Amino acid sequence: MNRFAHLLDRLAYEPGRNAKLRLLQDFFASTPDPERGFALAAMTGGLTFREAKAGMIRGLVEERIDPVLFRLSHNYVGDLAETVALIWPTPTVIPGRREAAKPESTTGGNVSHSSVASRVDSGFSPLASPGMTGEGSRSGAGIGHNNPPPHVPTLSEVVETLATTAKKDLPNHLADWLDALDETGRWALLKLVTGNLRVGVSARLAKTAVGALGGHEADAIEEVWHGLEPPYAGLFAWVEGRAEQPETLNPAPFRPPMLSHPIEEEADLQKLDPQAFSAEWKWDGIRVQLAGGRDREGDHVAKVYSRTGEDITGAFPDLAEAVTFEGAIDGELLILRDARVQSFNILQQRLNRKAVTPKLLEEFPAHVRAYDIFGKDGEDLRSLPFAERRQALKKLIEQLDHARIDLSPIVPFATWDELAAARADPASAGAGADADAIEGVMLKRIDSAYQPGRPKGPWWKWKREPFVVDAVMMYAQRGHGKRSSFYSDYTFGCWREGPGGADELVPVGKAYHGFTDAELQKLDRYVRNNTQKRFGPVREVAHGRDAGLVLEIAFEGVQRSTRHKSGVAMRFPRVSRIRWDKPPAEADRVEALERILERGERGIAPGATVETES
Amino acid sequence: MPISASELLTLTREGLYCPLGRFHVDPTWPVERALITHGHADHARSGHGHVLATPETLRIMAVRYGADFCRTRQEARLGDEMRVGDVTLRFAPAGHVLGSAQVAIEKDGKRIVVSGDYKRASDPTCLPFEVVPCDVFITEATFGLPVFTHPDTRGEVRKLIDSVKLFPERAHIVGAYALGKAQRVMALLREEGWDRPIHLHGAMEKLTELYKQEGIALGDTPKVAAADRKDLHGAIVICPPSSIQDVWSRKFPDPVTAFASGWMRVRARARQKGVELPLVISDHSDWPDLCRTIRDTGAEEVWVTHGQEDALVHWCGTQGIKAKPLHLLGYGDDGEAEPDPAQAAETAEASA
Repeated sequence: MNRFAHLLDRLAYEPGRNAKLRLLQDFFASTPDPERGFALAAMTGGLTFREAKAGMIRGLVEERIDPVLFRLSHNYVGDLAETVALIWPTPTVIPGRREAAKPESTTGGNVSHSSVASRVDSGFSPLASPGMTGEGSRSGAGIGHNNPPPHVPTLSEVVETLATTAKKDLPNHLADWLDALDETGRWALLKLVTGNLRVGVSARLAKTAVGALGGHEADAIEEVWHGLEPPYAGLFAWVEGRAEQPETLNPAPFRPPMLSHPIEEEADLQKLDPQAFSAEWKWDGIRVQLAGGRDREGDHVAKVYSRTGEDITGAFPDLAEAVTFEGAIDGELLILRDARVQSFNILQQRLNRKAVTPKLLEEFPAHVRAYDIFGKDGEDLRSLPFAERRQALKKLIEQLDHARIDLSPIVPFATWDELAAARADPASAGAGADADAIEGVMLKRIDSAYQPGRPKGPWWKWKREPFVVDAVMMYAQRGHGKRSSFYSDYTFGCWREGPGGADELVPVGKAYHGFTDAELQKLDRYVRNNTQKRFGPVREVAHGRDAGLVLEIAFEGVQRSTRHKSGVAMRFPRVSRIRWDKPPAEADRVEALERILERGERGIAPGATVETES
Repeated sequence: MPISASELLTLTREGLYCPLGRFHVDPTWPVERALITHGHADHARSGHGHVLATPETLRIMAVRYGADFCRTRQEARLGDEMRVGDVTLRFAPAGHVLGSAQVAIEKDGKRIVVSGDYKRASDPTCLPFEVVPCDVFITEATFGLPVFTHPDTRGEVRKLIDSVKLFPERAHIVGAYALGKAQRVMALLREEGWDRPIHLHGAMEKLTELYKQEGIALGDTPKVAAADRKDLHGAIVICPPSSIQDVWSRKFPDPVTAFASGWMRVRARARQKGVELPLVISDHSDWPDLCRTIRDTGAEEVWVTHGQEDALVHWCGTQGIKAKPLHLLGYGDDGEAEPDPAQAAETAEASA
């Protein structure tokens, strides 16, 4: 457990991806099974056990620490797990805790004595003044046959105990572990048992590190991942060349998706042959996979996966019941009402719900617009060219004949100019009323196989032009990692009428990319030279009608927000241009964003009649 | 009738004042007669009429403020009893930084000890703390919460040396307060066997030179020249805390940012400062040492000056010791005496 904890600790402070990868690889290479497997499961969200409640942990601490001191400490530190990790008295490992063993010292006094003694170094140093430091109290009974050192648990023991232990026994186990672990170990344990193990490492990065042990790509791990269970001994045996590739036992496994590269400008297109490509709308939903198969008992299994391989079947029972086939398809999850695709804003209202209620299912009916097929009836179709896969997909959808699954239509074109016209105005190019849910076009090479990852060449996305507004920089914050000495995160605002009738700037969003390194240097200098106030890491930058820097912000859409004073939030905002020339008084108004929002929300209200729209 | 503590020492706008001796202790405003516990800028300010302090503290003040930082000055020798007005004074080492002292103020058998800032952990750059039994003990509480237990400094310095081994191509920029912490880190590095040069930011130079003159071996400590920054692969560079995120640090090769401070014990504090390598090295007492020291002095009453007063006052109550917070203003807020970075990021930056 301590080893895993120290890995998490280092990962938490390490900003760079490559350095994180190096730490993970080192850990997996040097840690035995099953410990490393449970660590992998912890980092990929693969552990299930009864989580400890904050109240229970607080109770354990308050048996040992004066509640007032604990409360003051918790207020100061902020994080419960960290407070407990720091404050937990570590009694038995320490020599000279005669006093700590007294029953009445289960208050702050206990803390004091036991932890003083934990730092034998300071008082015994030859430079410390002897006789003055009171180290007499440290020379009591140490670890001996009547006082064995506590057993430091392995991660495996913790995981196995949590999975099998009765609720009433949990506090005792937890207390024993906390006694035995060091501070970092306690912190990691508490994060783990409370289900809050966010370590700054994605599941994907952890899998990348595992794959690297045997020179495999992360996608190769994804391929077999869904059939595997912690502690993944077979997976490690395979990547280390000691065993065959593990057979996936999942009858409906996830497949790593194929991704596209962006067309940055029309000049990119001129290098491509329009005859070699097929085009489809790029739908503004979320990418999913529907997979069906039969398990060993012959029962049908249906799965819905997110693009990262997360099993989201439970959140989409309405889709899962449509998966009556054996095979897997790739498509876009959308909300359809009266056969019309709703905007992303409406889709989000379904995504953000925890409980799946009948009302939710009725008001936000999920739909998949399918655009590719991985396999059917046990046959892997990914090596076939796109054109053949498309035929197989079409056939499957027709056979299925289900209202919740349809085929993403092909957008016909002969030249890039024709496609540009369709992209600029999808409504007139066949998308009709669904045009608001389209965010560009996808190009797929007709002869290309389905390759997981992001191969350059076969698939391109050509997004519609982003929205842009001119906004005024209001606040700046330092970035992270390599950018930690630069003010690289900017909060910007637009104008609106203030309470007194005069115009005021209100924040509408935050952006931290879109500029070059050279531009960042200039922006950083601008922030430093125009700082009005400082709030910790944040600087207020001069902004008003006459003073301020205008940033042109590009973004993909607008959503309602209760977090922002302006009531709106942008999707994917980035700095598209720095308008050194533009007076701040001429920046855009919040109303410009509200108009985009209204357009995005135009849709059929749940339960409303179609008449209002038609 | 024995004298009461408040007759010996009262609180004024300028800070603690002894009416019978007609002097202030560590006043935050210029006063006629000041007694200074140590050279950190929040305790030792310039512009007093007469200053009484240890010889080291007087020399530190002269380096920082110029030789004319006060009108007249007097050296206090550790351990010697001195008569000032109607009271007897005795200075004793506080273990905080070079020259730091506690002051025992006594009259008619009643003794108050003003400890200033102090620590119990060993420090190769200053004399160790001495317990002075007293009736009233005035303590700081910078790290006055039980979450603060400072680890062994050797382990912390090893972390730094190990990181240099792991990333030999990267410069390691260590933020440390210019008086005391910086020199302690240098001395600890030498103890752990680091024999290569320790590079210094310009702001560290004069005080480090003074430490060397006082006979503390710190080895080769060249000042970083602007043009050489890009070549300092695998170097250890010590700078003021505000510089680790400053434009200054950018020119080093792929810098690893470290910060030596007791605050680094709390993750959120380290992250707030963008620190990649937190080093928990403090010149203040941690919680166990605050509690231990209060007990060791045998004081019946404790006054808590600056830091996390509430917790320490509460703890004294549970131990049957009378205690009150003094709410002294002006300490721990100038970027040097370990202000809480969450509250004082601004001032720390301003003092760069």
